[in-house]
Amino acid sequence: MLTAILTVTALALAFGLLLGYASARFHVEGDPIVAKIDELLPQTQCGQCGFAGCRPYAEAIASGESEINRCAPGGEATILSLADLLGRDPVPMDESLAAKVPSLAVIDEHLCIGCTLCLQACPVDAILGAAKQMHTVIASECTGCELCLPPCPVDCIRMEPIPQEIRTWRWPFPGIAGRDIGVSAAA
Amino acid sequence: MSSTVSPFAPQPAQRRLWQFPGGLHLPDNKLQSTGRPISPAPLPPRLILPLQQHIGAPSELLVKPGEQVLKGQQIARAKGYVSAALHAPTSGRVSAIGPHPVPHPSGLSAPCIHIETDGAEEWAELPPPLPDFEQIEAATLRERIRWAGLVGLGGAAFPSAVKLNPGPDQPIHTLILNGAECEPYITCDDMLMRERADEVIAGARVLLHILGADRCLIGVEDNKPEAIAALRRALQGAGTLPIEVVVIPTLYPSGGEKQLIRVLTGREVPSNSIPAQIGVVCHNVGTAAAAADAVLHGRPLISRVVTLTGAAMAEPQNREVLIGTPADWLIAASGGYRPELARLVLGGPMMGISLHTDGIPLTKGANCLLATSAAESPHPGPALACIRCGACARCCPVSLLPQQLYWFARARDFDRIQDYDLFDCIECGCCAYVCPSQIPLVQYYRFAKTEIWAQEEEKRKADRARRRHEARVARLERLEQERKSRLRKRKEELSEGTAPSSGTAPGAHAKKAAIEAAMRRVAEKKSAEAVAPANTAELTEAQSRKIEAVKARRRGTAQGTEPAPEPAEDGEP
Repeated sequence: MLTAILTVTALALAFGLLLGYASARFHVEGDPIVAKIDELLPQTQCGQCGFAGCRPYAEAIASGESEINRCAPGGEATILSLADLLGRDPVPMDESLAAKVPSLAVIDEHLCIGCTLCLQACPVDAILGAAKQMHTVIASECTGCELCLPPCPVDCIRMEPIPQEIRTWRWPFPGIAGRDIGVSAAA
Repeated sequence: MSSTVSPFAPQPAQRRLWQFPGGLHLPDNKLQSTGRPISPAPLPPRLILPLQQHIGAPSELLVKPGEQVLKGQQIARAKGYVSAALHAPTSGRVSAIGPHPVPHPSGLSAPCIHIETDGAEEWAELPPPLPDFEQIEAATLRERIRWAGLVGLGGAAFPSAVKLNPGPDQPIHTLILNGAECEPYITCDDMLMRERADEVIAGARVLLHILGADRCLIGVEDNKPEAIAALRRALQGAGTLPIEVVVIPTLYPSGGEKQLIRVLTGREVPSNSIPAQIGVVCHNVGTAAAAADAVLHGRPLISRVVTLTGAAMAEPQNREVLIGTPADWLIAASGGYRPELARLVLGGPMMGISLHTDGIPLTKGANCLLATSAAESPHPGPALACIRCGACARCCPVSLLPQQLYWFARARDFDRIQDYDLFDCIECGCCAYVCPSQIPLVQYYRFAKTEIWAQEEEKRKADRARRRHEARVARLERLEQERKSRLRKRKEELSEGTAPSSGTAPGAHAKKAAIEAAMRRVAEKKSAEAVAPANTAELTEAQSRKIEAVKARRRGTAQGTEPAPEPAEDGEP
């Protein structure tokens, strides 16, 4: 009887210590699911979802505050991967959010007055300039979020669709037409 | 390494060959274009040279529009390690630099150098020939090959100098020259081996020396007896060399790099790696001949042999064509099309790309222009459902499961499809060829591959954007903190200065005194100005009167406005 009690006590103590150690050793700061969701979002920081960036939206999804269908730049692919990650059913894209062609912001340098308002709006610091100096967009860093458009007092920023390039060209999904999708050559 | 070599070396006459899984026996269709010798194509009036004709980074421009160029002059240099230089194929004037449709399945345009030829064929100054290359360091020769802009001429167009530099930790024991040319219709390598066997052998010696390999195997399919005989004759004439011509059975796709290595050495190149990892380097026979040209004669790569064939080509033949020759011009200058033209393909019928237009230039990797009639390339009809017959898996030369890949590509399940080794697929087209349901399998794999690349690119971009956004948020936070701490400091200073209980601080007194002194100075200055305006020395009487009147009015208004609020305040209650 006594041996049994002692054994169980010893076991409880040992496992208690083990668990205590593990919780200290493998302590995770913050909610890991938020990081995982954030990982799947396209990081345009555009705020079209109604949150102030991708991470706040990820937090909202994790807390169940928001649906997974509010990321317009991510489109259907993001909805599917989020559904996959969270074990939810995929839902169609929120109707208020129209899909957009991937674009880049371009500043008309003749019109720019150097007010720096767009610099402050850009979530990824992709606009280069200083007060009363002409501004320009670093094309390779622009996420096409359009957040720089409203603050511009002279409307000198426009969005230009990214042109189709050979480097980024993708094979289309095969049609049902047959073995080859190639167009017949012009004689 | 020698232990792996020894089993083959003693009895080259009865060399053991291996087999790769799957493969197909296809109708050759090679006789059409081997009837006449390789003929140099006439000089086209205009050449169009895409800046990217190779795998890797596009070349960097060295010329401007309007500039005169000489034959063999470098007009674009390699930009980065995996890239290739570009040379003017003939003398002329750079008429423009701009986009032009290039040979690519998309039919899109890319930056090209346009040269108007002048017919003078005036050569630029070339580097010295290196006939005694065996006494020269490998690095120097590699640099020469890099200068020549040499890329794999078998079709993939990978920069040859990169392939010839496997690194010190990967010793190469075997050089393989690929003369298999397994794809139907194409005969440019066959004709090159028949007519220029000496150059191929010389190229093999150059490449052997650069790689420091022990032996060279030239793999040729047994449907090219003339080429085999020519190579053997050339070998006999060249003395004892560690080079051997190996006849391999005709089986598509034995000309695939990894398949040919398997057939000749029995070794398999591991998934996701290159042949150099198992001590083998494989080059096309055309590349070898061009390497000999670059080293022995100092000539850059400015032309190549192109097969013109197909039932809709009036005069099927092989031609030596300057790089950048427009395809439509070449075909017109070589007999033109027959009226039954249905499709124009760049490359062979199995792996070639259908061209949207024949107005494209022929690049370094262009080996064949195939003009097919409707009877030759019948429309397969709509794809039917997969019946899971497994024919595709039986013929796959890489032992993949084409059916599984097809399902996953269709479902856009790009994680699972990679578990099934999509990227080991060489797109040989065997599976689609045998499919009884005419499913365009290779199109699905190509679709999946480019989608996966696009996803990876998007992921990279997203990660970068995230890092930049986080850095920005951190910076804004830091600035806010700094601002707050500054404010706090100032507040503390202020409260120290005005608090009556702690008014004994010596700093506060000094400050107060300084402020008072400054205020006194301002007051003095003001009163001085009021007493003696600077420009009243020479005034007329009328002006003086006017000034007096204004002063009087001012005094009046000052007295009038100051007491004015008082009656209003009084009247309110």
